[in-house]
Amino acid sequence: MTDAATDAPAVDWSDPALRRRLARRHRGDMRLKAVGVAALGAACLMLAILVASLVWSGRHAFTQTHVTLAFDVSAEAVPRDDPADGRYRTIVREALYAHFPAVEGRSDQRALADILSDGAKWMLRDRVVANPELIGRTVELAVPVSDPYDQLAKGLVDPEAAEENRRLSDREIGWFRQLEEQGLISTPVNWGLIANADSRFPELTGLRGALWGSFYALLVCFLISFPVGIATGIYLEEFAPKNRWTDLIEVNINNLAAVPSVVFGLLALAVFIGWFGLPRSAPLVGGMTLALMTLPTIIIATRAAVKAVPPSIRDAALGVGASHHQVVTGHVLPLAMPGILTGTIIGLAQALGETAPLLLIGMNAFITQPPEGVTDAATALPTQIYIWADSPERGFVARTSAAICVLLAFLVAMNAVAIFLRKRFERQW
Amino acid sequence: MTVTMEHEAINRQPAGSRDVKITARGVNVRYGETHAIKDVDVDILDRAVTSFIGPSGCGKSTFLRCLNRMNDTIPICRVTGEILLDGEDIYARSVDPALLRARVGMVFQKPNPFPKSVYDNVAYGPRIHGLVAGRGETDATVERALRRAGLWEEVKDRLHQPGTGLSGGQQQRLCIARAIATEPEVLLMDEPCSALDPIATARIEELIDELRENYTIIIVTHSMQQAARVSQRTAFFHLGVMVEYGETPKIFTNPDDKRTQDYITGRFG
Repeated sequence: MTDAATDAPAVDWSDPALRRRLARRHRGDMRLKAVGVAALGAACLMLAILVASLVWSGRHAFTQTHVTLAFDVSAEAVPRDDPADGRYRTIVREALYAHFPAVEGRSDQRALADILSDGAKWMLRDRVVANPELIGRTVELAVPVSDPYDQLAKGLVDPEAAEENRRLSDREIGWFRQLEEQGLISTPVNWGLIANADSRFPELTGLRGALWGSFYALLVCFLISFPVGIATGIYLEEFAPKNRWTDLIEVNINNLAAVPSVVFGLLALAVFIGWFGLPRSAPLVGGMTLALMTLPTIIIATRAAVKAVPPSIRDAALGVGASHHQVVTGHVLPLAMPGILTGTIIGLAQALGETAPLLLIGMNAFITQPPEGVTDAATALPTQIYIWADSPERGFVARTSAAICVLLAFLVAMNAVAIFLRKRFERQW
Repeated sequence: MTVTMEHEAINRQPAGSRDVKITARGVNVRYGETHAIKDVDVDILDRAVTSFIGPSGCGKSTFLRCLNRMNDTIPICRVTGEILLDGEDIYARSVDPALLRARVGMVFQKPNPFPKSVYDNVAYGPRIHGLVAGRGETDATVERALRRAGLWEEVKDRLHQPGTGLSGGQQQRLCIARAIATEPEVLLMDEPCSALDPIATARIEELIDELRENYTIIIVTHSMQQAARVSQRTAFFHLGVMVEYGETPKIFTNPDDKRTQDYITGRFG
């Protein structure tokens, strides 16, 4: 209430200059909003392009060409007392030759047999072993064709190109067309992509081993990093004295979050495999390595979430005589849980996509058996993608994209779980 | 000043000497370099309402928080001097702050119910101290506390709905119920009405008046009218020093100190 205030000149709110300034400010608001919308639009567009291109280039891997043949499982070829020991290779070949009586001579017949996937005889064997009553009968079974013919069926081989520049000769294409005319060719959904383990043959390969490997590695990673991360975060935020040591620890934790992942791989190789003598290529070691990388994320998320719990709740609990641990477990932790879970899922999602450290500990090996525990050799989804991307067969091109789609689906599912959990734990004030 | 109301409050107060519940001698509080409370001596009477008044930042809340050792949670805070509850030093090594806080309950400035049900809010203290065993005993304790806090009739049909869903005034009474559920001897109230509307404030003030039959109540308030209405004794704090302490009517009508005079007549603060 000084004199100067009362002496101030009256403001002319209809002054055109003031109006112009106001209009300029509003234009500024609009510009800021437009920039934000444009940025969001660009991000969405990129994402859409990424997913669309993956699905497009992976689309051929979602189906697999099969040929349906009648296999004569005779009692001479397959011993009844040991069905696994039958001459299935011959049975499979004879079934194919029956459709091409004109093809004679060893080398021609061998070329003809290449239509079928190497896995055909194993599929037939598995079928017979599972049901020995089939011995002595004729079995109708759709078996995958080999990769070049699969490519042909999907229109990826150009029959107009010069014969020496394509993988199939005119004669071979003729054989396949003949099978097509007889209605023996079908292209069902390729469940093998998820149900089969890795294979050198694209038509047989699948992600089963990698899915289990990733699952076990993430399980180990979660079991280590979640409790350790929360305990560390809570201690640092609630109990630790604020001194030079805790400052140092804090700086180092923040730095750890930014350490390149390949360094963690080297560390794991030296310590977990070298010193501790843990098995190579095992999801156990992979999970421990990923836990090292996930820990800083969870610790930082926990601390932020604990810090965000209103002090009034702490006061309320202390005020009725709760001890420090009762305040933490009864009030702070439940209220911080949504934030902690969000951080954990972000950390695990990062871990799921991490490739470099897994390469160093050998989780990029060629393994045709899905792991049955955390100590069995396995691959993980990202390393499987890496292996396939590195493979020369044409069929792996589409399968690499398809595997990335599976990885993304896995990620989306994990995030959905995170959102669900967060909604469940969230409380109303 | 609302002189008539002051006198109503005093008239209901039986005259004569009373027992001293809390004795403070030479209490100093330092936050790092800041000297927040300087040499405070005070005797708080049993089963009476004592109010602490003073301008913002004068240390009245800090002193209040010394009485149940809530300042212990602030690492840089150092309390020296002697505070006796029933003749027992509450800063002695043998005293556990958790038990002390059950005996010296606290109600905060902003209503701060737990994000749990009304029932669980009140039952929390008795449960953690093991004062209740079994469902029936807990039910009885919760009902008793809510009745004393004058909230029972309003919430008896919604005991299992969140306490945060109540109105501001109801939330504050819920916090009072929570504080008295552990059967404390002293109730500290740190500006309990500053976030409430006048009607809710009046309700709390009535409640304080009822509660003083059973509890020693210390209330920090910004409102001099409130201090005059609810308290029998008043302490005036200024810049960390307790300037004057005495019977409420005397403080408001005939203070000894010039600073008290200036404050209650609205010259500063």
